Amino acid sequence: MLAIRTALTAFRRAPLLSALSITTIAFSLFAFGLFGLVALNIKNALQKVEERVEVRGFIADSTPIETITAASDEISKYPEVLNVELVTQAQALERARTELPEFKDVFESEVLPASLDVKLKPGARDPATVKQVVDKIRAFDFVDDVRYGEEWISQLYKLRNIAGVAGVALGLAFAAVAVIIIGATIRMAVLSRSREISIMRLVGATDGFIRRPFLIEGSITGVLGGVLALVLTYVAMRVLGQYLHFETAFFDRRIGTLGLLFGAAMGFLGSAVSVGRHLRKV
Amino acid sequence: MTNFSRSFPASLFPLPAEVTNPLRTRPSSVMIRFDQVTKVYPRAAVGASALHNVSFRVAKGEFVFLTGPSGAGKSTILKLLYMDERPTSGEVRISGYSSGTIKRRDIARLRRRLGIVFQDFRLLEDRTAEQNVAFALQVIGTPAAAIPGRVSRALTQVGLASKATALPKELSGGEQQRVAFARALVNDPFVLIADEPTGNLDDRATRGIFQLLREINAAGTAVLMATHNLDLVRSSDYRTLELNHGEVVFDSAEAARLALEVE
Repeated sequence: MLAIRTALTAFRRAPLLSALSITTIAFSLFAFGLFGLVALNIKNALQKVEERVEVRGFIADSTPIETITAASDEISKYPEVLNVELVTQAQALERARTELPEFKDVFESEVLPASLDVKLKPGARDPATVKQVVDKIRAFDFVDDVRYGEEWISQLYKLRNIAGVAGVALGLAFAAVAVIIIGATIRMAVLSRSREISIMRLVGATDGFIRRPFLIEGSITGVLGGVLALVLTYVAMRVLGQYLHFETAFFDRRIGTLGLLFGAAMGFLGSAVSVGRHLRKV
Repeated sequence: MTNFSRSFPASLFPLPAEVTNPLRTRPSSVMIRFDQVTKVYPRAAVGASALHNVSFRVAKGEFVFLTGPSGAGKSTILKLLYMDERPTSGEVRISGYSSGTIKRRDIARLRRRLGIVFQDFRLLEDRTAEQNVAFALQVIGTPAAAIPGRVSRALTQVGLASKATALPKELSGGEQQRVAFARALVNDPFVLIADEPTGNLDDRATRGIFQLLREINAAGTAVLMATHNLDLVRSSDYRTLELNHGEVVFDSAEAARLALEVE
């Protein structure tokens, strides 16, 4: 209780330094948040592209409809498959006319083959899994050919992996910079109270007792910095969205809470390092 | 003895009646022990030691002056006592704790039983006299209900009960030092360590502080006081350890023992 009161008193006693710490943490987390937002939107965009991953098995002419329906039922039971759609020759023609209106006149008769269009579940859209499904569909006698954009899927996954690795690396770098900045600002707070700390040590306070208020103060500073960073990130997203005419997604409540906890953890860590270093010297 | 004769005429040091006579100090009453203590600071010039082979004992309730020129090692002795520094060699023992084995956590426990006062008072400027004294109790986890009574008693003991709510800047130097004494006394220490406590005070305040120290000692608390003020030293019959270049060059208790042997 005394530690909490001391931590809160520290904010009141040095409002400028506290504001500086909160702002510094907020800007560190803001940079981290902006990057996180870009990563989130890239991930969403890739997810949308991924949803279009589809395996199309072309059916040989004159295959009895019963055979196709039975195969469709069987395929839809594969664990990787989300749904299977039978596209007849007439539907294929209609679709081609809709998707490629400039060639509308070219498609005059039912020249396009019927197909089974297979959509895959999220998590089963990686090249290896798609290939497995393709092989199983190809094994049906009436399937003439299977198309699934092999190269395109493999490029998409490469891009996703690169984005993932870059995201983690840059995220860690931003986090490390934020921890260093927080450590430095809290070090200023520790130094501004070095007299108080030395007196505490002289009258017999334990290191844990001295450390506690700083850790609480660091955590509160981290959370407040996190809140400010969230607000800044949200404003930045809205402003950018307005100028770029771009629909962007914002962090959901779970990621927002995680961000605040991350701020608190960084504040805690920064304080722990700064106070620990100071206590070793006095 | 040469140094003693050079610095202080022997007649200025009448034998202390009860506490300083070494023949009257039983081994069991020894509270502080320095055994061949040498202290070399890491950044000191090669071969320069702040203390060299210093050995002495202090009994319970004893009053000891540490005198000598600046850099003689007085403050180092006090720092070794409250374990702010550790000896490079030798051993310091205080109230059952040894400098060789004491843990960091135990240093905090030891300091709760010591009262420490400095020349520069070391008060928190943004807190009142009573808050400064209460601080020493709060940081060691004293129950909140017990604090006001003990603070009031300590401030009364140093004669500052009427200025409990004054900030340090509203007090004179002597009064600020009294607040520091109240903070040192509020935990009922068994020894009071005072490093030049009158160094920043005028004559009148110095006499007041010294009188306070005598009263504290008379109540049973041992006092170790580093000072440059030879008038103070001469005005009393307390034991004196004179230091020079990190060595004890004169111990009035030792001198008394030798005098008794000669007789």
